[in-house]
Amino acid sequence: MYEGAIQDLIDELGRLPGVGPKSAQRIAFHVLAADPTDVKRLAAALHRVKDLVRFCTTCFNVAESEQCRICRDPRRHDEAICVVEEPKDVVAIEKTGEFRGRYHVLGGAINPLEGVGPDNLKIRELMARLSSGEVKELILATDPNTEGEATATYLALLVKPMGLRVTRLASGLPVGGDLEYADEVTLGRAFEGRRVL
Amino acid sequence: MYVRRLELVDFRSYPRVVVEFEPGPGVFVGSNGVGKTNLVEALGYVATLSSHRVSTDAPLVRIGAQRAVVRCAVVHEGRELLVELQIEPGKANKARLGRAPTTRPRDILGALRLVLFAPEDLSLVRGEPEGRRRFLDDLLVARQPRFAAVRSDYERVLKQRNALLRTAYLTRRVKGSGGDLSTLDVWDAHLAEHGSRLWAARLELTAALAPHVERAYDAVAAGKGTARVRYHSRNETTETAPQELEKVLAEALKNGRPQEVERGVTLAGPHRDDLSLLLGEMPVKGYASHGESWSFALAMKLAAYELLRAEGIEPVLVLDDVFAELDAGRRERLADLVGGAEQVLVTCAVDADVPARLRGARYAVREGEVEHG
Ligand SMILES: Nc1ncnc2c1ncn2[C@@H]1O[C@H](COP(=O)(O)OP(=O)(O)O)[C@@H](O)[C@H]1O
Ligand SMILES: [Mg+2]
Ligand SMILES: [Zn+2]
Repeated sequence: MYEGAIQDLIDELGRLPGVGPKSAQRIAFHVLAADPTDVKRLAAALHRVKDLVRFCTTCFNVAESEQCRICRDPRRHDEAICVVEEPKDVVAIEKTGEFRGRYHVLGGAINPLEGVGPDNLKIRELMARLSSGEVKELILATDPNTEGEATATYLALLVKPMGLRVTRLASGLPVGGDLEYADEVTLGRAFEGRRVL
Repeated sequence: MYVRRLELVDFRSYPRVVVEFEPGPGVFVGSNGVGKTNLVEALGYVATLSSHRVSTDAPLVRIGAQRAVVRCAVVHEGRELLVELQIEPGKANKARLGRAPTTRPRDILGALRLVLFAPEDLSLVRGEPEGRRRFLDDLLVARQPRFAAVRSDYERVLKQRNALLRTAYLTRRVKGSGGDLSTLDVWDAHLAEHGSRLWAARLELTAALAPHVERAYDAVAAGKGTARVRYHSRNETTETAPQELEKVLAEALKNGRPQEVERGVTLAGPHRDDLSLLLGEMPVKGYASHGESWSFALAMKLAAYELLRAEGIEPVLVLDDVFAELDAGRRERLADLVGGAEQVLVTCAVDADVPARLRGARYAVREGEVEHG
């Protein structure tokens, strides 16, 4: 145990995901030794992210205003909505350059073990978006694992009566993996070969 | 394939030992408690990343030592591969394969294929269905590695479905009503889909295994009755194709739903199945003598070995403390059955128990050391 401020910093860093006690200590001493302006910039970035970033009121992607950049973009079409679990999945799919429609970020996947059911996800909001009738295709791009597949099936059953085209990304994605870790080529091909559910 | 060299550091009773092997039979002789099983347990650990005797790693590390190291050179189709495992209780194991610095331990699976029969395997016959399901599933994965994914997918779906049923059950108990089962249809569909794949694979495996079990039992048992294995499911059906079994399982889930919701647990699916073992028409469990049960367990392991061999995978065969249990005639028949193995390793307390057919390399095992005789 260290005294005062340095231990406080180690404790705070240690609460971050993926940061163990050893890493927390290393980062803390790195900060201590770093140039004060660098540290100020880091602190300001931390503040700004909480002050400025919110969730898009339409698609629940991260945004710096009412709506995210993608929802505001008039060059994108409204005929397809691609459903993903997390904002990082939007970034992954954007990198493929394959998709010019809109997104919907669920905020997770159905996961009874962790107490996550449909009511804990932005599913009601998705249904509201679909009811406008403008959307022709719903692309289910949840993770290719047990929970992601269950979420996709749930949504497919739910929207079936609405009569729109429902597609799922083709497999070829590593099973059990996170969408965000798939490389662009793989993910792009999966997008290309998406199938009707 | 065969093991050419095994080196242990602080594994079980061995501070350090090196054993050089040859293809063909190898016999390890030594009195009780000198460390014969410890040697083959180390080989088993490299092959499966688990011990056939204990479920935690701590007992594998020599008392007083921090970590154990198992190094082994395996020759497969003329090429030698080095495999190394470092076992440190409470930490993730470290593995090396060939010249690469480190890999994930599961990457070494398949480098050494081994079928081991040990006295503990009596539980295959006398123990709970879980052990027999594991026997089938391990063999499925040994034949076709992709079944590791089929198995874990099914287990994950089952866990999620059980969590859903359980949460709803507890909500009802606390609040008297309610509980969100809105996703149960989805989990039913996925359970039927993954469960039917596992079910179909086990049915196919059982059919492939059956003639080998019969033949092996014939050789090692005193010759009464025909050994038969039959896959048993609560949802009996004559279907065998995954698509048809999926319908059967979906139907069973539909019909059993009130009961499952009532009890808060999944009752239909391959996680409740069993492999029935029969001598003639008589179930082995509960009816057969100790000798018959033991022979049946041995026959199952020998059948697994023969099946893999028939399909072009030539595993190393290990028979731990087997020959002392057999009379002279059965010893000879077992020796004939396994004598042609690329490598068969045998342990025994009395040299004379092992038939001449298996007279290959001899090793004298004494406390903490192994001497090539
Ligand atoms: N972790 C350990 N550290 C030291 N000795 C051990 C350890 N585990 C087991 N042993 C010793 O190994 C011996 C058992 O060896 P084993 O291979 O089972 O004998 P056998 O030759 O009869 O097969 C026992 O004497 C036991 O005390
Ligand atoms: Mg022993
Ligand atoms: Zn948006």
